[in-house]
Amino acid sequence: MQNLYTVSKDYRKEIADDKYYYARSCIRQNFFPGSEVTFLNILKKDLDRDVFDDPKHTTCTGIAYHSDVIPFDTIQTVVARHFALMSENGYENFIASCVTSFGMYIEITETWKHFPEQLELIREHLKKATGREFMIPKNIAHTSDIVYKYRMRIAEQMKYPLVNAKTGQPLKVVDHIGCHYAKMFPDKGEGGAEFTQVLQGMIKAWGGATVDYPERRHCCGFGFRQYLVQANRGYSVSNSKKKFESMQPYEPDLIVANCPGCAMFMDRWQYTLNEMQGTRYGASDTMIPVLTYEEMAGLVLGYDPWDMGLQMHQVDVTPLLDKMGVKYDPDGKYRTRTGRPIGSYTPQQSR
Amino acid sequence: MDFGYTTLETRSIDYDKFDRKLIEYLLQYEPSLLVCMACGGCTATCSAGNLVDFNIRRIQLMVKRGETDTLKAEIDKCMLCGKCMLICPRGVNLRNVVMLIKKKLSIDSGQLATKNNIK
Amino acid sequence: MKNIVIIGGGIAGVETACALAEGGNHVTIIERDDKLGGKLNQWYCLFPDFKKSTQVLDYIKNRIKNFDIELKLKSTVEKVEPNGDGYFIHTGNVRYAADAVVLAVGYDLFDATRKEELGYKIYDNVFTQADIEAKFRSGDLNTTFGKAPERIAIVHCVGSRDEKCHNMYCSKVCCVTGVKQAIEIAKFLPKTEIFCFYMDLRMYDKHFEELYRSAQEHHNIQFIRGRVSEVSATPDQRLSIKTEDTLSGRPMKMKLDMIILLAGMEAKKNTRQVARLFDVETEESGFLRSQDFHLGAGILSRKGIFAAGACISPMSIKETIENARSTAMQVNQYLKTL
Repeated sequence: MQNLYTVSKDYRKEIADDKYYYARSCIRQNFFPGSEVTFLNILKKDLDRDVFDDPKHTTCTGIAYHSDVIPFDTIQTVVARHFALMSENGYENFIASCVTSFGMYIEITETWKHFPEQLELIREHLKKATGREFMIPKNIAHTSDIVYKYRMRIAEQMKYPLVNAKTGQPLKVVDHIGCHYAKMFPDKGEGGAEFTQVLQGMIKAWGGATVDYPERRHCCGFGFRQYLVQANRGYSVSNSKKKFESMQPYEPDLIVANCPGCAMFMDRWQYTLNEMQGTRYGASDTMIPVLTYEEMAGLVLGYDPWDMGLQMHQVDVTPLLDKMGVKYDPDGKYRTRTGRPIGSYTPQQSR
Repeated sequence: MDFGYTTLETRSIDYDKFDRKLIEYLLQYEPSLLVCMACGGCTATCSAGNLVDFNIRRIQLMVKRGETDTLKAEIDKCMLCGKCMLICPRGVNLRNVVMLIKKKLSIDSGQLATKNNIK
Repeated sequence: MKNIVIIGGGIAGVETACALAEGGNHVTIIERDDKLGGKLNQWYCLFPDFKKSTQVLDYIKNRIKNFDIELKLKSTVEKVEPNGDGYFIHTGNVRYAADAVVLAVGYDLFDATRKEELGYKIYDNVFTQADIEAKFRSGDLNTTFGKAPERIAIVHCVGSRDEKCHNMYCSKVCCVTGVKQAIEIAKFLPKTEIFCFYMDLRMYDKHFEELYRSAQEHHNIQFIRGRVSEVSATPDQRLSIKTEDTLSGRPMKMKLDMIILLAGMEAKKNTRQVARLFDVETEESGFLRSQDFHLGAGILSRKGIFAAGACISPMSIKETIENARSTAMQVNQYLKTL
C-alpha cells in the first residue's frame, strides 16, 4: 500500500549548508570502519563542503550515560568541551555521526534552554576542569541530515542507482531510523518520529523503493542496557527478530540504517538468529545486506566497496553489489590496499 | 549455538490467529455473553476467586481473544455457586458459560459423546 | 424593537435567531458560508434515534421562514465598535447596529493528520467519522479497493483527552457517534466484524447507554478497552493496528480493512480571533469562556455579547438546540435591562 505521508511544517528541519564541525561516533568507526571516511570524502570531494574532523574530540559518553554509568552533569561537561573545541576552531555548525550522540547534543541543549542555571553550572565545570569556554552551536544536525540535504546533488553524480541492473526494477530498501534521532525530539528530525524522511529521501532520490512494513517504526533492539548485559540480550535479539519477520514478506534487497548501533545489530543479529534458530531472512538464501547511509551513498557514487570496508559486514554484501551491477575486484575483498591478506573467508553453511 | 541468551516469544495477542470454534459455540448457546462490559462484579463476589487464583471476568475475556491454553485447568476451579449471575448488571448467565465451556472441552477431547463424534 | 446580530448560521445560530425573532426583535445572521446549517450538512443521521440530519436541517430552514430574519451569507465580521449600550458590527461595507450580539461560530473537527501514527491521509482506508457520514450518504461503504470490508476498527478519543494535541478535554459526543456508526455499518454489512477501541465509554445520556447495549447485544459490536498506538500497512493491502487489551493486560495486534477515527471537537481556528474582535475571554482550550457554568452558559465576559452552541463547549445537536433557546432567553432578559 502506498504511503502518502507528507512532511508537515512542524517537522521541517533546518540543516546548515556548509562549515561543519564533525563529531565521530565511537561505534561507527569500529563496526563500519570505512563509513565515516566515506562521509568525509563525499562532503569534501563530491560536494565541496568545509568539514573539520577534529582529532581532539572524544566520545560523547552517551553509551555510558544511557547505561547509568556516568551522571548527566558529566556528559554535559564532555559535550560542553566538544562545543568549546568547535568554537576554538571557528565553527558554528555541529554535526554528529552517531544518532545517540545527536540525541545527546539535542537533549543537553534543550535542557539548557529550559534550565539556564544548569548551563551556568556546566560553564563553571568546564572552566574548572579544562580552562575552556564554549558557545552553543548555531545548528546541530546528524550527518545523515547533510547527506539528505544534498541527496539531489549526489543523484546528479550517481554511478550506480539503487536499481536491479538486470531487471531495471528499483531495489526494495528497508530504512531504519534509530530511536534517538527523532523519537525524543520529533521536531528535530525531518518528518518527525513516525514517518522520518531522512533515509527515505535518499532512497527515493537514488532510484530505490522503500519498504513500508508493519514494524518499521519499531526499535532495532540495541537499547544499551539490553545489549551490554549478556543476560538481557534476549530482549535485544527478540526485537530485531520481530522486525525481520515483519519485513520478510516484502523480501527486501537491502537494509539501510541511520544509527551505527542499529546498523550493527540489524547486521550481526541476522547471523546470531541463523546460528540460534536456523532462520535466514531475505529473498534468497543470502540474508539481507545492511549498509550505513554513508556506505549506501558511497556505492551510489561509485566508491570502491572494499575501500569503504564493506567486507567488514557480517552479512555478505556481494549479492547486493552484483544486483546493482557494481564493479569490484573479488580478490580485493580480504586484502589491504597494498595487497596484504587481512584474513580468510569461510562461507557460512546454510542451515 | 548457545550464546547465553535466546529469543523471547511475543506476549502480544494476535487476533488474526485464533480458532473461533469455542467462542462461536458459547455465543450460539449463551448469547448473553455478548453484553459483558467488564465491570468485574462477578469476580468481586466469586466464591472460588476469593480463595484461589480464579478470575471469571478474565476467563470470559480470554475466550473472546482465543487464549484458551490454560482454560481447562482454570474452569475447573469454578464452584458453580452462581453468585456471579446474581451480581451481573448486564444479566450474563456466567454459570451457563462455565458449563458450556466444560461441555465443549469434553466434546473436543472425545470424552462426551455427541451425534457427531459417536463412531 | 431591538437589533440583534448573530455570528454564525449553523443550527445554534439559526435556532437562537428564531427564538429571538419570535420575541419581536430584529435579527441579522452573518454567516461565512453560502448556506445555513453548518457542520450538520456533512452528517447523514443522528444518534441516538437515527433521525436523518436532513430532518433537523429542514426544521431550521422551515422555522426561519416564519420570521423576518436578515441573512447575510458569505460574509465575515471585520470590525466591532461600541455604540452606546450596543455595538456597530462591520462586514464588508455594511454596518449593523446591534443591541446584543450572539456568537455561534461552532467548532472544527480535529485534524486527524496531526495524529500521524494513526495513518490518516497516509494509508488508504483510514477515515474519520465525517468521511464515513459522507460514505453513508453516498451509500458506498466499500474500501478504496472496491471491496466490502471484512473487519473495521473504530478508534475513540482521536484528538481528545490527549496532551500531545493540547486537548485535555473530552469531546463527549464521539463515543456515541462511534456506537451509532458501528450499528449503521452492521445493519448495512451484517458480516463485517466491528471493533470499538476506547479508553472510557462516556455514554452520558440514558439513550446512549441503551444504544451501547444494543450494539453489543443485537449487532455483535466488540468493545476493546485500549488506545490504538500505531497503524501500519500490511503486505496484503490491509491495515494493522497495535493496542493494549487493557482488560487482559496484554498487547494486541489485529489486521483490518478499514479504520474510522473518531476525531474530537476543537474550538474553531478563528474562534480566538473572533473573541479578540469582540473582546471576550476564551478558555485555554480555545472555546469561549462562559461566565457561569451552571447559570449562564451563554453569557460571556463582555456586556451584551452572548454565545450559543459548540463554540462554548463540545455538544450534541440536542444540546445545541437547547443551549440556543436558553441563550435566547438570556439575551431577552438582558435586553429588558437596557
